[in-house]
Amino acid sequence: MPTFTYMTRCDGCGLCVDICPSDIMHIDKTYRRAYNIEPNFCWECYSCVKACPQHAIDVRGYADFAPLGHSVTVLRDEAAGTVSWKIKYRDGRVKEFTFPIRTTPWGSIKPPSDYAAPEAGALGSPMLAHEPDALMVEALPLLPPAGPQH
Amino acid sequence: MSLFSSRKTKFVDADILVIGGGFGGCGATYESRFWGRDLKIVLVEKANIERSGAVAHGLSAINCYMGMRWGENQPDDFVRYARGDLMGLVREDLIFDIARHVDSTVHKFEEWGLPIMLNPETGRYQREGKWQIMIHGESYKPIIAEAARKSASEVYNRIMVTHLLMDKAKPNRVAGAIGFSVRDGHCYVFRAKAVIVAAGGASHIFRPRSIGEGTGRTWYAPWSSASAYGLVLQAGAKMIQMENRIVLARFKDGYGPVGAWFLLLKAYATNAYGEQYEAARLAEIKALVGKYAETVPMPTCLRNHAMLEEIKAGRGPIYMHTQEVLDSREKEEIGWEDFLDMTVGQAVVWASQNIDPKEKPSELITSEPYVMGSHATCSGAWASGPEDVAPADYQWGYNRMTTVEGLFGAGDTIGGSAHKFSSGSFTEGRIAGKAAVKYVSEMGTTPPQLDEAQVRQLEQTIFQPRENYEVGRNEIVAGSVAPSYLSPLQGLQRLEKLMDEYVGGISTFYMTSEPMLQRGLELMAMLREDLAHIGAEDLHQLQRAWELSHRVWTSEAVLRHTLYRQETRWPGYYYRGDFPRLDDAGWHVFTASQYDANTGEWQMDKLPVHHIIA
Repeated sequence: MPTFTYMTRCDGCGLCVDICPSDIMHIDKTYRRAYNIEPNFCWECYSCVKACPQHAIDVRGYADFAPLGHSVTVLRDEAAGTVSWKIKYRDGRVKEFTFPIRTTPWGSIKPPSDYAAPEAGALGSPMLAHEPDALMVEALPLLPPAGPQH
Repeated sequence: MSLFSSRKTKFVDADILVIGGGFGGCGATYESRFWGRDLKIVLVEKANIERSGAVAHGLSAINCYMGMRWGENQPDDFVRYARGDLMGLVREDLIFDIARHVDSTVHKFEEWGLPIMLNPETGRYQREGKWQIMIHGESYKPIIAEAARKSASEVYNRIMVTHLLMDKAKPNRVAGAIGFSVRDGHCYVFRAKAVIVAAGGASHIFRPRSIGEGTGRTWYAPWSSASAYGLVLQAGAKMIQMENRIVLARFKDGYGPVGAWFLLLKAYATNAYGEQYEAARLAEIKALVGKYAETVPMPTCLRNHAMLEEIKAGRGPIYMHTQEVLDSREKEEIGWEDFLDMTVGQAVVWASQNIDPKEKPSELITSEPYVMGSHATCSGAWASGPEDVAPADYQWGYNRMTTVEGLFGAGDTIGGSAHKFSSGSFTEGRIAGKAAVKYVSEMGTTPPQLDEAQVRQLEQTIFQPRENYEVGRNEIVAGSVAPSYLSPLQGLQRLEKLMDEYVGGISTFYMTSEPMLQRGLELMAMLREDLAHIGAEDLHQLQRAWELSHRVWTSEAVLRHTLYRQETRWPGYYYRGDFPRLDDAGWHVFTASQYDANTGEWQMDKLPVHHIIA
């Protein structure tokens, strides 16, 4: 379902341009607002929809297989750690769902350089960072004895 | 050049350059920093790492987790599973290596804030199937991107890397990479001691089932433009199993995932007459592939085959009976979240076609083919394996180093190692990152040097499609038809049609043969010549032009490997009509190719498959 932008809501801030994985949200030079330049390269990933502070971007199902009259809208709330969906059917039925998106504060991940530096000799071992502790088993598994070829 | 005189060339120095900021690249960046505290680690990405790669959208499950801490599975169990699914041909050393490390990756993801569902009865992670765990994964990628940003010295977003650069003094050693900014249009030259390619596999090399707008909804992301292969094979890296394309059985049109429906919710699929067809076709499958038909669980390709035969026989549509299993609000939420986390478009199909999964079944279909190294398929570069696990002829240097010195890979780039998925790709990035740090630390005093002549030549080549357009468009009044150039989309459509009709796409029910492939090769040679005449209207189209180039090079490798393997190893993925059966006596091997940029020749070979796990 390719995205489109409502003329009266978009203020041309460009956050959708910045986030789009497909580089297809561009600013129209005449209207100074964003639009989808290549709907046939839109994966309907909703990255731009979620990023838009004006809720100006919506989607309309792909013309080649989605009948009109539906909508799937989203509100992603980083502070609350949730994403909420509202699904409207062509026949008017509505479904709503809310799911968690993160259990820790944004920005709270500890950088790898904040951990104690590994000993120089450890570079030659098969162990990766935080192992074996992070495996939550006593030791890194080694190859079991070879069995019959088959 | 004169047309674009304001263009600059910017040089960036790095100890380790990571190309591609998806799961493989984020893992490589994180681990490189852990082991290489003082190194300059640069991550370059054609989009924005916050939402890039195949997981940009989100995911509803992690498909590779052992659960060793609860004694659920061991790495050797996983090797047997992946080997069985790929009809016997995998790099067991690489898969074992990922499996033994992947739990530490997933435990870190949970610590970083990824919500993993718990089983209320056991308190363990909620299993979807034997290897999969359920997550609330809408923000899976932003969480992983945060870790990568905190690890990299510099992150360059919106740089399309077009080529790898080779060492001036030492043949077959990588020296960096070159590309351009899709935003400011400047040329970027990265000089690096080690390069880790963690770019994406290939969507849009075969004609998609959808037409018009819906071609954006391929199962695999449309931005997965085969750079994983296009970059490394042109640098001379040996590639394997490029014929091993994947076809997915998914919900029709939206390509929504089926895993949670089959494995967790226990829904089942039937033909239009309500018959469960897989078991009924077992004898016929056995005639094609022998003992492999008895593999448990049934290999992905063989399940596709059974579905295809039903459709060919006119017993479609194939239906997933969702309505039989959604008997509680909790299960309904699991079913919907499965789509909303990772394939919103499938939810739109349901809403637009008035399909409530509680009330009626949904159609399934087999997709167009894709080329990847991370799913139930294992195309990619031939890589050196882990020292303590790999057989002698599977190791020649540092773990996950390709046959090009200093050139490492992770995720879709590395061949022979199926079933990595998100967690395994991140883990392979970590493995490659640590190995690259070791490589750089042992390099001594002779770092690679750029070949200035190569850089100057590529500066010209990269922007040629802009010049082609600016010159050629003056010949015509308006419109998209010009005698001197093709748009990137026109070139892509030629590629997709060619691959579809000659190399085993949907229009032939995935069938091909030597005469079809030979004809395809003739047309491919002309398409490759025409790549010099792509016209790019702007920087965005210039990105599309180079994505097309990576797709075409990858497709030629796919075609040549498909021609070389004279058997049908994976019915349901593709068929060789002239060799319709699996042939273990002749083809229990990896197919290998190596492109020589000096001669333009492709060398095809067989490489041995060693079974190191009983």
